[in-house]
Amino acid sequence: MEFFHKRTNFPFMSTRKLWYGLSVLLLVVSFVSFFTKGLNLAIDFTGGVTIEAVFPGAADIDAVHSGLEAAGFREPQVQNFGSSRNIAIRLPPEANLDGPALRARVDAVLKQVDPRAESVNFEVIGPQVGNELRQSAILALSCTLLLIFGYIALRFHTWRLSLGAILAVMHDPILVLGVFSVTGTLFDLPVVAAMLAVIGYSLNDTVVVFDRIRERFESSRKLDPKLALDQSINQTLSRTIMTKVVTLIVVVALYVLGGPALKGFSEALIIGILAGTYSSIYISSAVALDCGLKAEHLLATAVKKPVDDLP
Amino acid sequence: MLEFPRWKYWLVAIVLLIALLFALPNVFGEQPALQVERRDRVAMDDTAVQTVAGVLRAGTVQDDGMYVDAGRLMVRFRSVNEQLKARDLVNESLSGDLRSALAYAPNTPAWMRRLGLKPMPLGLDLRGGLFLLYQVDIDSAVTQLLESHQQGFRRTLATAQLPFTDIVSVTSGQAQVPNALRISLPAGSNALAVRDALAKENPDLAFNVVDSPSGPAVDMTLTPAQIRARQDYAIDQTRTTLSNRVNELGVSEPIVQRQGLDRVNVQLPGVQNSAEVKDILGKVATLEFRLEDWQNNAYDAQSRGRAPLGSKLYKDQNGQPVLLKRELIATGDQLTNATSSVGDQGPQVNVTFDGRGGDSMFRNTRSNVGRRMAVVYVEKSRKTVDVAGQKVERDITEERVISLATIQSVLSNQFRITGLQSGESRELAPLMRSGSLAATIYPVSERAIGPSLGQENIDKGVMALLVGMGAVFVFMVLYYHVFGIVANVVLLANVVLLTALLSMLRASLSLPGIAGIILTVGIAVDANVLIYERIREELRNNVSPQAAIRAGFEKAFSAILDSNVTALIAGLVLWVVGTGAIRNFAIVLTLGIATSMFTSLMGSRALITLMYGGSRKVSKLSIG
Repeated sequence: MEFFHKRTNFPFMSTRKLWYGLSVLLLVVSFVSFFTKGLNLAIDFTGGVTIEAVFPGAADIDAVHSGLEAAGFREPQVQNFGSSRNIAIRLPPEANLDGPALRARVDAVLKQVDPRAESVNFEVIGPQVGNELRQSAILALSCTLLLIFGYIALRFHTWRLSLGAILAVMHDPILVLGVFSVTGTLFDLPVVAAMLAVIGYSLNDTVVVFDRIRERFESSRKLDPKLALDQSINQTLSRTIMTKVVTLIVVVALYVLGGPALKGFSEALIIGILAGTYSSIYISSAVALDCGLKAEHLLATAVKKPVDDLP
Repeated sequence: MLEFPRWKYWLVAIVLLIALLFALPNVFGEQPALQVERRDRVAMDDTAVQTVAGVLRAGTVQDDGMYVDAGRLMVRFRSVNEQLKARDLVNESLSGDLRSALAYAPNTPAWMRRLGLKPMPLGLDLRGGLFLLYQVDIDSAVTQLLESHQQGFRRTLATAQLPFTDIVSVTSGQAQVPNALRISLPAGSNALAVRDALAKENPDLAFNVVDSPSGPAVDMTLTPAQIRARQDYAIDQTRTTLSNRVNELGVSEPIVQRQGLDRVNVQLPGVQNSAEVKDILGKVATLEFRLEDWQNNAYDAQSRGRAPLGSKLYKDQNGQPVLLKRELIATGDQLTNATSSVGDQGPQVNVTFDGRGGDSMFRNTRSNVGRRMAVVYVEKSRKTVDVAGQKVERDITEERVISLATIQSVLSNQFRITGLQSGESRELAPLMRSGSLAATIYPVSERAIGPSLGQENIDKGVMALLVGMGAVFVFMVLYYHVFGIVANVVLLANVVLLTALLSMLRASLSLPGIAGIILTVGIAVDANVLIYERIREELRNNVSPQAAIRAGFEKAFSAILDSNVTALIAGLVLWVVGTGAIRNFAIVLTLGIATSMFTSLMGSRALITLMYGGSRKVSKLSIG
C-alpha cells in the first residue's frame, strides 16, 4: 500500500498567495477572538473550585445549579462532563480557603438533588497559585519558542529559511489558541503541555523539507528555486502524510477513549498536528521562496566560503 | 554488503533484556494489603511478624501471604473487606507498639521483590487520594532571624559597654521585607568601635558604618545567600514537621516535598477525609526545656498518681516515669537551630539558642551541673469530637519527653547533646527543629480524587494506549508489510524500554504521563517512517536492496535527529517549569524521545540487517 504510487508533482508553490491569505485570515480571527473573547481558563490558571460528581442516572443540571445558588454560592457553573451522568461544577475562587467545609456544603447540595450522587473529584486552587501557574505557563511557552528560534538560527545557514521556520513555529500554537478561544473549550494545564509538544513537533516537517531542498540544490545548482521547493515537498509528501496519519491515529484514540480529563489535551494536539503539516508547506517553504531563496544561500558552506549572508 | 557490528547486536540485546526485567513488575497488578511498622521505627523481626500473624489468626482473617520490605511488614489480602477487618484487629490489639496503614502491595513474585524490582508508582490522579499544597511564610522566617540577631547585638554592645540609641529592622536595597538591622548611635560616638565589636562576635555578618540623618549608625544587611539559607531552613523545617505528622496518619507511601520557592506539598494516596488530615497537619508544636526534679522519686509519684508540688509527671522515651520541674528554662521559640553530627563522643545534636534562651540556659545550669535536663515536645491540635451528638472542637495538648540528658557543664546559647545512638541523634535534631517556632503555613490548594475516578482514569488511559497502538500496528503492516512488522516490534520494544526507565526512576505515573506514553508511540513511528520512506525512494531510483537499506538509515539520520531535538527542547522546558502531573508528562516525553531514538536507529537496524544483511543475495524487499 502506498499513498502515491507515482511520483507526485503538485505545484504547491504557485498557489501560495492563496494560502497566505487563508493563514492571515485564520490568524486574524484567532487574535481577535483571543483579545476580545479570551480563553475559557480552567481553575488551574484562575484559582477556584472544581467538583466532579457522578449521578446514578442522568444528572439534573438545572437543579444542581439552583441548589448551589440557594446555598449561597456565587456564579456557579454546572456542566456535563464526559457523560450525562457526570457533571463538573466550577466555582470562583474564595478568599478563605477552607476545602473540607466547602466540600461539605457542595456535597449537601448534591445529596439534596439526588441522595445517591457522589463527588469523585474535588479541587481547590488558591487565586495566588492560579496566578503563578498562568505565569509559569507563559514562561514555558516563551522559553520553548526562544530556544527553538536559537536552534533554527544555528541549524539553517540562511535567514531566509530561518524566517520561514520561525513564522511556521509561531503559526501553529496561535491557531491552537484561536480554536480554543473561538470554541470556548476549557483551557487547562495539560493543554499548555500539548501546546509545547506542538511547538516541538511543528518544526519536524519543516526540517525534513529544508533538508531535501538542500539536497535538490546540491544535485543541480541551476535548479529554479520554485521548482526545487515543489520537488522537495512532493518527494517528502508521502512521509509527511504517513507520520501525520500515524500520530493522528494515537491522538484520536486518546481523544475518543482517554476520558474527559484528556479531551482538551488531545484536541490541542490534533489541531497542532494538522496546522503543523500545513505550515511546513505553505508557511516555512513559501516564505523562504518569497525571501529570495537561491541555491547559493544553501551551498555557501559547501564551497568553503565564509558564511555571511545577512541582508 | 549490509552489515551491523556484532557489539551493537549485543548492546541492543542486553539493553532490551534489562529493560524487560525492569518493566516486568508492572504487569502483575496490585492487591489490597496492610502495611505494619513499629512505632519506634525498628525493623519488624520474626517475633513481631508472628505476633501480627497470631492476631489475624485469632480474628479468623485469612491473609494472602506476608513479607517484610524495608523493615515494614506487608500483609496481603484477597479482598478489601479482609483488609479492613485486619486493620481493625491490628489497631485494637497492637496499636501501642505498631502502626498500620492501608496499602496496595504489588503482586510481583518474591524473587523480583528481592532484586528490588518494583512497578511504577501511580500518581494520585490514578490511585485516588488527597493532595495538599501549603504556603510557607518564609518572610517571617527572615524576620525571626533578624530579631534573634537584634537580641544578640544588644547583649554584645551592653557587655562591651558601648552605648547605642536603638536597633531596628530596616528594608535595604530592592528587598520587599526587612532584610537589615540598623544600630543607631548617640551623636559623637565611635561607630568604628561598635562595628568592630559586633563583627568580632559575628564573623559571618557584614557591618557597615553609615551616616544617617539622625546621627552615626552601623548597618548589618543580610546577604542574599544568608536570606536564601534562612528561607531554605524554614522550608526544610516545615517539610520535616509535616513528614513527622504524616507518618502518624498511617498512610502508606506518603509524599511530602518542597514545591517551588516557598511551598510544600503533601500527597496522601488513598486518603479521602481531608478535614481530619488538615487537623493533624495543622498542629502547632513547641519545645520546653525543663530540669528534672531530683529531690522526688518519679516511681513513687507514679504509684500515687500525683506529682509533688512544683513538679509534673512525664514519661521518658522508654516509657519510664520522670518528674520534671514546672519552671521553664527555655522554650522552642528561643531555639534557633538544632543539627545532628558526629563528634568525639559519638553522635550528637548541636543546639543553638538565641540570646534570651542562652542567658536563661546559663543562669539555670550554673548551679545544676550533674543533674538532668529534659526536652519536652508539646503538640497542640484541634480535634472535632462528638459530645452527645454535637460536634465540638476541642484543643488537645500532647506532651512527650524526647531527650533527657545530664548537664555536664554550665551551658550557654550553644551546646551539644551527646551520648546518643546514631539513629537517635538523626531523629532528635529534626524533632527539635520542628518544635522551634515554625514558620506559619497555610493551605493554598487542595485536591481530593476518589478511588473510583482513579481506576476509571487508569482504565481509560490503558484503553486509549491499547487501541491507539493496535491501530498503528495494523496500519504499519498494511503499509510496509515485513518492514511494518519490524517497526511494530521496535515500537513495542520502545514502550518496554520507556516503562523500564520510568520504573527505575520511580517517578509516579499520572494521567498526562500515560498520554505521554501514547504520544511517544507516535514519535517512535515517525523515525521508522523516515527511514522506510527513504529506502523506498532509493529503491525507486533502482538502487540495490541492501544499498537502499544502508542509504535509508544514513540519509534519514539527520532528519530524525533534527525532529527529535526540537521535541526534546519542549520536553525539557516543561520538565523544568512544570510540577506534578505535568512534569510527569514532560519526563515521559523526554525519556520517550531518547528511547525512540535508540530503538529506531539501533534496534530497527539490527533486526533489518539480521533479515536482509550479510552476504546473502537480496533481490526484493518486503516494504510495501
